[in-house]
Amino acid sequence: MSSKRQRKKLGGEHLQRVIDLCKSVEERGLDPFMVDVDDIIAVVRKYFPEWELPQELCLDAETIHHLASVIKLQSEWVKHRSTSLYTDPFLLEEKIRKLSREKLARLFLETWHPIIELEQISPHSLAEALKYWQGLLPISERWLKTGYLEMETGTTTREDLVKLRIIAEKAFSEEMEVFWEELKQRVGGEGKILYWDFIGADTYPETIGRAYMTSFLVTYGYATLEVRPLEEEIFIKPFEKPKSMLGKEQVISIPVSVSFEEWMKWKEAQG
Amino acid sequence: MKRKAYYARKIKRAAHILFYRRHRRPGVKGWELRKKLGSDYPKVLKILDGYLETLDLQIKTVFEEEKPAGEPTLEQLDKARFYITLRGGLTPKETKMMGWRIDDIAGLATAISYILAKKGKAPREEVEDLLRNKLPGWRVDINMDRYIRSGYLAEDENRQLYLDWRTRAEIDQKALIDLLLGTESEASIS
Repeated sequence: MSSKRQRKKLGGEHLQRVIDLCKSVEERGLDPFMVDVDDIIAVVRKYFPEWELPQELCLDAETIHHLASVIKLQSEWVKHRSTSLYTDPFLLEEKIRKLSREKLARLFLETWHPIIELEQISPHSLAEALKYWQGLLPISERWLKTGYLEMETGTTTREDLVKLRIIAEKAFSEEMEVFWEELKQRVGGEGKILYWDFIGADTYPETIGRAYMTSFLVTYGYATLEVRPLEEEIFIKPFEKPKSMLGKEQVISIPVSVSFEEWMKWKEAQG
Repeated sequence: MKRKAYYARKIKRAAHILFYRRHRRPGVKGWELRKKLGSDYPKVLKILDGYLETLDLQIKTVFEEEKPAGEPTLEQLDKARFYITLRGGLTPKETKMMGWRIDDIAGLATAISYILAKKGKAPREEVEDLLRNKLPGWRVDINMDRYIRSGYLAEDENRQLYLDWRTRAEIDQKALIDLLLGTESEASIS
């Protein structure tokens, strides 16, 4: 029993050393080929059957993660050596040391093409700025303490609050239910619809509003997204009953860009 | 005639967009040009580039990733950034007018070529050590900060230096390395 514990301890220390080595290669820009990948994989494989606890498995996963980063650095190194920009750093360092400042500067000037740009206020922005300045209250007035007016208390109705835009006409949950019903009606026999076909509307603001509501439909378990990365297509599928995803499946966020350009493309495709 | 007037108008507009800085960084993205000039903006830029040649200026395209081997696609152009840069080189006298001392330029050349040789990433201490070889110690730190502030170099939290956006836009990296290596070998032959 104690030998097993000892083996685990030894294995843990070994993996930690591997992680430290990989980290130093990643962070300090050392030669990635210092790390013998085969050797490390053999070590990881050797200790893997010993791991039982989550923190032990995490250490194992962390080792693999850092090893993968080193392999990536090795692949970049090979790629760089095959490009025309590859130069032996020691050779170049020697050459830089030998060249005079004047010579170095002259060489550099042959390859330097500085950006040309102008920073100048335009008549239009000057007029705008003047307009703003004229409308700006003096600082003494802007920083006046807010005075309080004493008023009698009164009553208000729900309609008044809706008019004042303090509350929405429909409760958000109500609005979402209506939206969900619309989604269920619009999906065909396949039970799904292309994301853009569902959120797309005549105007861009309307499209943004629909995308916003759709994100809540998915988050609250009224629908789900089916992403096809190869075809670059996203489908939205409504559920018959809202599902609670919390604690059951791993919840992931899918960022979907709804830019003006994409909306224009979609609109043009609609004819 | 109508077509000529159309392009003349577009060229003027393109010159305004490219010369005046609109964002925190100079340069304009391809998609911005498409939005302002229309889908034939590559053609407009080509004509403008022809006009600029007489002034020793050029339109420089910096692609998001590596420069495509063949003709760039519209998508690659949309993602690229366009700048107006000097077409030819500068003389040492001209750099003084721009506020660059010979020390500053030699230091920048050293830092950039060393980072290039190190696969685009080098520890700041190593670059500083190399600069100390030619510059007084107190200038090294000031110069490094200046290169970073101007966008030639970038530094991460581990004090690793990288080449930043301005180096990609302004410096012909391959020519720099070739010149450095070529000059030295000439010197050793003689």
